[in-house]
Amino acid sequence: MSAYDKVAAARAKGRPTGTDFIANIFEDFVELHGDRRFGDDKAVVAGIARLNTMPVTVVALERGHDTKEKVFRNFGSAHPEGYRKALRQMKLAEKFGRPVVCFVDTSGAFCGIAAEERGQGQAIAENLMEMMTLRVPVVSVLIGEGGSGGALALAVADEVWMLENAIYSVISPEGCASILWKDSSRVKEASECLKLTAQDLLELKVIERVVGESGRNFHRTYQEIKQGLWETLVRNKNLDPEELVQKRYERFRGIGFGPAGRPAGQETPAGPCGRHAPTGML
Amino acid sequence: MLKKEFFRKPKNELENYNKYIKTVSPDVPGEMCVLCPSCKQTLFTGALNENSNVCPKCGYHFRMNARQRISMLTDENTFEELYGGILSKNPIDFPGYPEKIKHARLESAEKEAVVCGTARIGGNDCALFVMEPHFMMGSMGTVVGEKITRIFEYARDHSLPVVGCTVSGGARMQEGILSLMQMAKTSGAVKLHSDAGNLYIAVLTDPTTGGVTASFAMEADIILAEPNALIGFAGPRVIEQTIRQKLPSGFQRAEFLLEKGFVDAIVDRKNQRKQIARLLSLHTGRECG
Repeated sequence: MSAYDKVAAARAKGRPTGTDFIANIFEDFVELHGDRRFGDDKAVVAGIARLNTMPVTVVALERGHDTKEKVFRNFGSAHPEGYRKALRQMKLAEKFGRPVVCFVDTSGAFCGIAAEERGQGQAIAENLMEMMTLRVPVVSVLIGEGGSGGALALAVADEVWMLENAIYSVISPEGCASILWKDSSRVKEASECLKLTAQDLLELKVIERVVGESGRNFHRTYQEIKQGLWETLVRNKNLDPEELVQKRYERFRGIGFGPAGRPAGQETPAGPCGRHAPTGML
Repeated sequence: MLKKEFFRKPKNELENYNKYIKTVSPDVPGEMCVLCPSCKQTLFTGALNENSNVCPKCGYHFRMNARQRISMLTDENTFEELYGGILSKNPIDFPGYPEKIKHARLESAEKEAVVCGTARIGGNDCALFVMEPHFMMGSMGTVVGEKITRIFEYARDHSLPVVGCTVSGGARMQEGILSLMQMAKTSGAVKLHSDAGNLYIAVLTDPTTGGVTASFAMEADIILAEPNALIGFAGPRVIEQTIRQKLPSGFQRAEFLLEKGFVDAIVDRKNQRKQIARLLSLHTGRECG
């Protein structure tokens, strides 16, 4: 499969969405609404459920199944209140020592007047900061599309997993092609260049695990996630919270540069570039 | 000695490419005069430079390169650069990226889109990062993320406040997912610095958008902004395309964010140093110098 085939598969109609994963992996799910500040974002589904015997907090970005539900869910693009709703649930999880599981499937955080007015950037930034030091285990699973900051805001986790045909990218291939080459038809080329498939990201050490898919039947995928979550959460629950947070920080600290990731840069002597000292440096 | 100076060979690629370096600040061209986009007055470049790139007639804030901003904000001869030698590679082998980097270096006379270091502001010690608008529009790749992370770690180790000036188009797409991860990485460093009880003041300048807004720009304890600076998550063009309507004037400008409660104060350039010094001294208990 080419990178663009994966993009198409990740967005395909009929692909299970966040609520399907919740229903097939957990028992006793109780949905809890609202961010206590502005409203209840329908693009984010959050609540408490049981994984085998363990209570966990579950947060999912939900894009909807049919047209009517898609509109209701805003196609899985959350507003700031969605991210604040997610964070509220995560803070509750921390208070009661419950692990957190996130399912990510969004083309991105919503771009609109209301989203900007209510601080889309601030809401995402706060999630990134708070999730980094959450004192309970966090696992995020990318199940479809992982669109930029809107996806990352639910993916600052101890481990990040991706389904075989999920994608995760800093920008949509369409956006990349139109910005970089002023030609949105070069989307296939952009898909290749961005290295957005699960296999690429495993190699770049951005994710820990690729979860297999077998056609349109996701039963085995659900089972694999359930089994994996159980093992990982039980293991991480036994860790000292300080150690857990430290490990999470180091996980991201090493990406792209540093001991854990592939070095992306090299060091040379400091100072401005070239002998033309910029103006104002007298 | 003199002869040696005259005939010495170029020491680096930049010296060979001198002809391509027109100016370090394209917004204020090397010509004698420049037109203010706000009041349409013709201004002398010299006068503009002396006035911190602010139009003396109407107060329009032109973009300012990182070194100029550092000399404007910090006490004389107190800035010491850190991590200035880290250079970007092409981590996901993105086509055309090395050429872009090379061009950006020539255009900005900087090695990357952020300059970090330590300095004193009104006698207060602090760690400092200033982003560079002329280096790929201050976009954040792995090196920018690494430098910002390191400066917060340094400040945490030395119990220093951080003052950061942002200007950025967002994450650098030529480094793909690795750029996105820098948002989480820098946010983590800000959080650890904050949890240790240290102060972080951000100054948001025009434009601060995308992945930088959605990470360290909006995570400061105190967020200042320059007048009329564009600050937002999505760029105005993207929003217009999404909602298919024209945006109201003043949308996403600093004044709009102040109104909505997302910045603490708007401070124009001539007052920034004084105001930051005052804020720093209010957190150290030191008398304002």
